[in-house]
Amino acid sequence: MAAADFSRLIAAAADTIAAHAEELTALDQAIGDGDHGLNMKRGFEAVRAEADAFSAKPLPEALKAVGTKLVMTVGGASGPLFGTLFMALGKELPAAPDRSGLVAALGKAIEAVAARGKSQPGQKTMLDVLAPVYEALAQGKSASEIADAADKAAEATVPMKALRGRASFLGERSIGHMDAGARSTALLVRAVAETVEGI
Amino acid sequence: MSNVGIVIVSHSPLVAEGTADMVRQMVGDEVPLAWCGGNGHGGLGTSVEAIMNAIDKAWSDAGVAILVDLGGAETNSEMAVEMIGEPRSHRIVVCNAPIVEGAVMAATESSGGASLKEVVATAHELSPS
Repeated sequence: MAAADFSRLIAAAADTIAAHAEELTALDQAIGDGDHGLNMKRGFEAVRAEADAFSAKPLPEALKAVGTKLVMTVGGASGPLFGTLFMALGKELPAAPDRSGLVAALGKAIEAVAARGKSQPGQKTMLDVLAPVYEALAQGKSASEIADAADKAAEATVPMKALRGRASFLGERSIGHMDAGARSTALLVRAVAETVEGI
Repeated sequence: MSNVGIVIVSHSPLVAEGTADMVRQMVGDEVPLAWCGGNGHGGLGTSVEAIMNAIDKAWSDAGVAILVDLGGAETNSEMAVEMIGEPRSHRIVVCNAPIVEGAVMAATESSGGASLKEVVATAHELSPS
């Protein structure tokens, strides 16, 4: 991937997180500790600040650098979870991946996130978006179809009962609210999908 | 120091510091000890960077046992251990134990020269399985 393209991906990700920071915080205030929007914004702005240096690296190294930066700056449990997603993608992806390489790497990255959070799909987390995104990617769906699948999957966390994270303390009361991590994951998927479509 | 180091990681700096104070008063200075708490921005939370620094501070060639409170502290501690990397990561264990009792019991075991495995086992005995 050309450096300019990776820079564009970083900008798109940071833009969407910044634009939706208040919405993410509101979602997290309903069933979490209310810092998700601010935390994610801090992390992605820190990544944006180093976009030039990261983009100059080969794709795997660039993704690892993004992941490490997120771990160090996002805070909360989201830092290690989103950080692990990017670090694992960097570890698994070849420098110039095709669709099947991307599918395989995303599959491994999702396993890494599940292990980090000791979670699995169905527990009202970011995994509930990542798993359908993986399916759509593996089925050869278009970028916009993948982005739509991510949005739909985030919506589908509304009736779920949280079994991991702070929201799980609420038990049944977590039902009826969208998971903030699922929403931010869907936002990132759409930003990446729409940017990649334009490359 | 050759005794196993103890690291205390809480969402609250007050809890972390208070737990460390209990360890110092009840167990003494023979155990390398460090604590961290808070998200680094004045709020509740844990920071991977702060945990890595605490591990460095309490480092012992005998290893380090980490005591944590709520879920995010465990996730962040596991991330910190992974980022510290081999070979040291093999000598760091995140304990499954209540933070205050675990820290005091683990430190007591460590102060007698016990191995990392023994220290961790003592902390784990406090958890209902």
